[in-house]
Amino acid sequence: MTAEKRKSDYFPLKGGDFSDAGAGSKSIRSQLAEMGVPAETIRRAAVCAFEAEINVIIHAVAGSLHYLIEDDAIRITVTDMGPGIEDIELAMQEGYTTAPDWARQFGWGSGMGLPNIKRNADGLRIDSVPGEGTTLEITINLRTNGQK
Amino acid sequence: MTILELVGKLDLSLRNKGRLDTPITGCYASDMLSDVLANGREGNLWITRQTHPNIAAVAAIKALSGIVVTGAREIDPETIEKAESEGIAIMSTRLQTFEAAGLVYNLLKSEEGAKA
Repeated sequence: MTAEKRKSDYFPLKGGDFSDAGAGSKSIRSQLAEMGVPAETIRRAAVCAFEAEINVIIHAVAGSLHYLIEDDAIRITVTDMGPGIEDIELAMQEGYTTAPDWARQFGWGSGMGLPNIKRNADGLRIDSVPGEGTTLEITINLRTNGQK
Repeated sequence: MTILELVGKLDLSLRNKGRLDTPITGCYASDMLSDVLANGREGNLWITRQTHPNIAAVAAIKALSGIVVTGAREIDPETIEKAESEGIAIMSTRLQTFEAAGLVYNLLKSEEGAKA
């Protein structure tokens, strides 16, 4: 794929504001659908993007989602100015959460976000510095039949 | 069973112009959105008490057939619009989740039985 055919976009996210959630994942869904990517692949990418967006809104002051569609994969980078993750291994355990009550009232904060991302992503890298923020780099391979 | 048939059978109140001819492949009842992102399947009907706009995004991502909001809860107008823009029908009922899920379960099971 030539450079001009690459598709990328950027979405700012504001902590505490669920109304912005989903703009990035929606854009990813429509871009991949336009490219004829299998529905299951699109779903996996959208679940990862949406969960990552929600994490920023729940935990951080601000952040952003950026994605880049390359020939063989989509790379989704979600970065935030948040509290960081003290213990990534613990955060990956299903059911473990540090989400506040207001997030739970919205049906989030069940401790399934990062596990959902891991389950759906072909590649996941988490860089986090407590007190500074977190960056997730999610890769979804596009040259597959949709199954991970 | 399609969404339209379900609306008639359970006397649901249809709240937007979502697709009504979508076949219901099954049902998932949950108020935790990540749970639905993990376990909802394409074409499933979603029964929930959540009403805020994120439910429309979850239903769209998982290609669910429709959302039934239980307990006669007020639904955020933005939720109704967002779901409509994704073609997803939003319905409300006075029934609580347990009763609604039980009725949908029976309808889907009797449909399976009729096919067998």
